[in-house]
Amino acid sequence: MLRAIKKYKSYKVFAEPLSIQNPVSVLVLGICSALAVTIQLKPAIVMVLAMTFVLTCSNVIVSLLRNVIPSNIRIIVEMVLISALVILADQFLRAYMFDVSKQLSVFVGLIITNCIILGRAEAFALAQNPWLSFWDGIGNGLGYGMILVVVAFFRELFGAGTLLGFQVIPPSLYEMGYSNMGMMVYAPAAFILIGIFAWIQAEWREG
Amino acid sequence: MADLVNLALTAIFTENMILALFLGMCSFLACSQNVKTAMGLGTAVTFVLTVTVPINWAINHFLLQPDALMWLGLPAGIDLSFLVFIAFIAVIAATVQILEILIETISPTLYNSLGIFLPLITVNCSILGASLFMEQRGYTASESVVYGFASGIGWLIAILALAAISERLKYSNPPKGLKGFGITMIVTGLMSMAFMAFSGIKFG
Repeated sequence: MLRAIKKYKSYKVFAEPLSIQNPVSVLVLGICSALAVTIQLKPAIVMVLAMTFVLTCSNVIVSLLRNVIPSNIRIIVEMVLISALVILADQFLRAYMFDVSKQLSVFVGLIITNCIILGRAEAFALAQNPWLSFWDGIGNGLGYGMILVVVAFFRELFGAGTLLGFQVIPPSLYEMGYSNMGMMVYAPAAFILIGIFAWIQAEWREG
Repeated sequence: MADLVNLALTAIFTENMILALFLGMCSFLACSQNVKTAMGLGTAVTFVLTVTVPINWAINHFLLQPDALMWLGLPAGIDLSFLVFIAFIAVIAATVQILEILIETISPTLYNSLGIFLPLITVNCSILGASLFMEQRGYTASESVVYGFASGIGWLIAILALAAISERLKYSNPPKGLKGFGITMIVTGLMSMAFMAFSGIKFG
């Protein structure tokens, strides 16, 4: 079954961003938000969903319009498209998930300048058909999400002792003298965790 | 006056664009290999931030805020604030274009040193980020000028420091998998830790 699926080109397009072509840890794109929204797991997951939505839609639309967009103004067209999609995502979050939207603050808006989206539109969607672009969008969104979720997992677990807001580290451990690592909620921990993650991935790729 | 100085100090040190808010990381990582390039990019970013934040302030204040259009004699209750993203990014892209043309005619030497970095700046998230923070925190006109300039200086300091460290890193010998991206992130983390020591810095 899996072997049969692996034959499709769309599978390859979908799976590569998850490992050897990971947008964050290999291609070094979209780092800003990967670091900023990872203090807790919940905002990180919401951010990934918003990002995957915008990325997939922009990929499909750019791909559908690829023969219509004049090449010398294509960046502006892409920016307008992406901004419109981000406005949609932002309005949706404000209407249905107000608390998370407040937590994410400006970072929803900053999806516009996330290099992954413009990068995929330029490098992939402008040259491929909508079906492949769709899978490329989903794959890159999840590849980006993978890093966010892992970093957020460690930062929330060690920084607050919770996961998704639920207490995970038992109170008895605190009584024995364990305490939360305050550093995890600050900026430096995010940088260092991503550095270590990239290290592990690089070693793993080389076998 | 003391308020403005404090705002500048916060924007440069405690809420440094890169080291505390993670904005503008992409170009920060791409252009931090030597000090000269870093200086060029940092100056360009400071320049664009100082210009775009006040312009976006004006756009937001006179056009987009709830009830902002009343000075045109339009009735109250018009709220265009959902357009901030698209308006800000359009202003930034346009400003960068105009600046490029202006600098080219006025000062060719400045253009030669900044030229290649200017187009890159449109998609630098620190520029859009500063404007969005300005909108969210409701800065006044003078505050937005100071905030734009100080954020730029903070960005410049961070990228210069990292570039200087990177020049030395070439001669160090980290584990193979850590080379490049990994070690840069860890060094940035240590720098960010050092910048945290500035918290509480205050004037007057």
